[in-house]
Amino acid sequence: MINWLSQVAAVTLFNLRTIPQRRGAALAAIVGIAGVVAVLVGVLSIAEGFRAAMTITGPDDIAIVLRASADTEMTSGLSREETRLIADAPGIARGPEGPLASAELFVMINLPKRSTGTDANVPLRGVQRAASAIRGDMTIVEGRNFEPGRNEVIVGAGAARAFAGLDLGHTIKVGQSQWKVVGIFTGGGGAAESEIWTDAAVLQPAYQRGDSFQSLYARLESPDSFASFKDALTTDPRLKVKVVRQREFLAEQSTMITSFIQTIGFFIAALMALGALFGALNTMYSAVADRTREIATLRALGFGAAPVIISIMLESLVLSLIGGALGSAVAYFAFNGFTASTINWQTFSQIAFAFAVTPQLLVMAVVWAAVIGLVGGFFPAIRAARLPIASALREG
Amino acid sequence: MSNSGEGGPGANGILVRVDGVDRTFHRGAEEIHVLDGLDLEVPQGEFLALMGPSGSGKTTLLNLIGGLDRPTRGSVAIGGDRLESMSARRLAAWRARHVGLVFQFYNLLPVLSAARNVELPLLLTHMSGAERRRHVAVALEVVGLSHRANHYPRTLSGGEQQRVGIARAIVSDPTLLLCDEPTGDLDRKAGDEILDLLQALNAQHGKTIIMVTHDPHASARATRTVHLDKGQLSMEAPA
Repeated sequence: MINWLSQVAAVTLFNLRTIPQRRGAALAAIVGIAGVVAVLVGVLSIAEGFRAAMTITGPDDIAIVLRASADTEMTSGLSREETRLIADAPGIARGPEGPLASAELFVMINLPKRSTGTDANVPLRGVQRAASAIRGDMTIVEGRNFEPGRNEVIVGAGAARAFAGLDLGHTIKVGQSQWKVVGIFTGGGGAAESEIWTDAAVLQPAYQRGDSFQSLYARLESPDSFASFKDALTTDPRLKVKVVRQREFLAEQSTMITSFIQTIGFFIAALMALGALFGALNTMYSAVADRTREIATLRALGFGAAPVIISIMLESLVLSLIGGALGSAVAYFAFNGFTASTINWQTFSQIAFAFAVTPQLLVMAVVWAAVIGLVGGFFPAIRAARLPIASALREG
Repeated sequence: MSNSGEGGPGANGILVRVDGVDRTFHRGAEEIHVLDGLDLEVPQGEFLALMGPSGSGKTTLLNLIGGLDRPTRGSVAIGGDRLESMSARRLAAWRARHVGLVFQFYNLLPVLSAARNVELPLLLTHMSGAERRRHVAVALEVVGLSHRANHYPRTLSGGEQQRVGIARAIVSDPTLLLCDEPTGDLDRKAGDEILDLLQALNAQHGKTIIMVTHDPHASARATRTVHLDKGQLSMEAPA
């Protein structure tokens, strides 16, 4: 075994040391693979960023209550009486001012994107006093919170970055009223950062919603309280509601666009990978052709076919991993943290998010590069191992 | 013959036995008979020159004896090891242990120093690094190139490169040295030095050598010369 490994090491070392003599072809293969990886990581970082924006961190103890037939807050509706019954259900945590439950309104307003100037749907959420305590990770980073009963809004940091007119102190027109931006908040990078918040009681008349709401957010006593909370509501004959965990609700709402972006990303990357694969094949075939006599010499001296195959595949792997690392670095510095917004087709609202080049994406990129390298090296390696030694010794 | 000869000579001192060997190549539909029923015996310790015109089958015969090629028909046995019955893997291992090869164009790996080139066959053994370095030093000393051990092939003259090639061929102390036109790429002076070296390896170290050559001056150094013509032995001439 040691003998065999030393054969592999010797031939691999020899192969790698000849790369500078073939720097043009090697560079082409490296750049090709780097391009594939950069595009793959770049596109998938969009999906990762979107998914991150639609994901909450921390304990899974926030529940959302919607009308039984609704899939989104937009299509849901709850009366004040229903929200009172829900807030009194067992399992809801209580604060100094009562149950941690917030009956909320969810409407869309049009605002121009900073990047293009075109109008986009931005979610405006009417919330009750407990909303911040329920989310837990809400922080006012500029200005102050809105005062109940006044036409004031606070703006999520993602929305403030993405849409014009949401700077602190500015006024926006909602319905027939003017609303002043009095604060900017962060929400752990989650979906709330794409929203504008105001007092639900002020938003109801502005949108002629009477005394109705669309959803109710509740913080539970513990994640384990969800089952009893849900059972209490779904078995109450006075209520026709559905109860979901916030984490699952947001994840479900992001599946369509995340899947779409991932599909596009993998499709583009697969096409590019095919090109890069031919590049790698070409590089390694020419590497084998350039070294026909040297490989035959090693075989004549007694080196086995398997070490030759493995060494050529290792060489291809090294080149592809260099390409993968280069592509990953380019993708990281070009895309990671780049902010954008897109419409979530499931809610028709704009979600502001930052591209996220995650460690998982980088690992996947390296795996792609390695697969391209190994496949690209395999066939040339087989050719090298099958060289007729006697005739190959005289080539060159 | 058995397959367990371990490369040593038979009871009658014959190391190489080529028995009724044909070698046919195909070029499209055409069959080219390079060797045709050839018989040859080489005793241990002989320095044999194989001569003949181009295309007579000298190198093909050398390749068959060295296990680099297989006969279409017939048998090649080295010290009782029948090469045609060995798998490719076993044949590679056999070559590593029993055959030292010297090529016309040296076939050194350009990215390795002289010492590293000489060390290559030892990577196929179980020797430690220190043992390998010791053997390499001895081989380079035998060919008079100790002072050039760390030089790369491109910095060596043709004669020096061929000496490195010979050092690589002898470093694992093989049973048989096979030399394919070892002076074919050298001027007369460098060629003579190589021939002196081969003669010394034969006379002083007892190496069995088979050398393909066009050059009567080179074949004169051998203890016996055989001529090939159209795939058959045409004449034998003891030195």
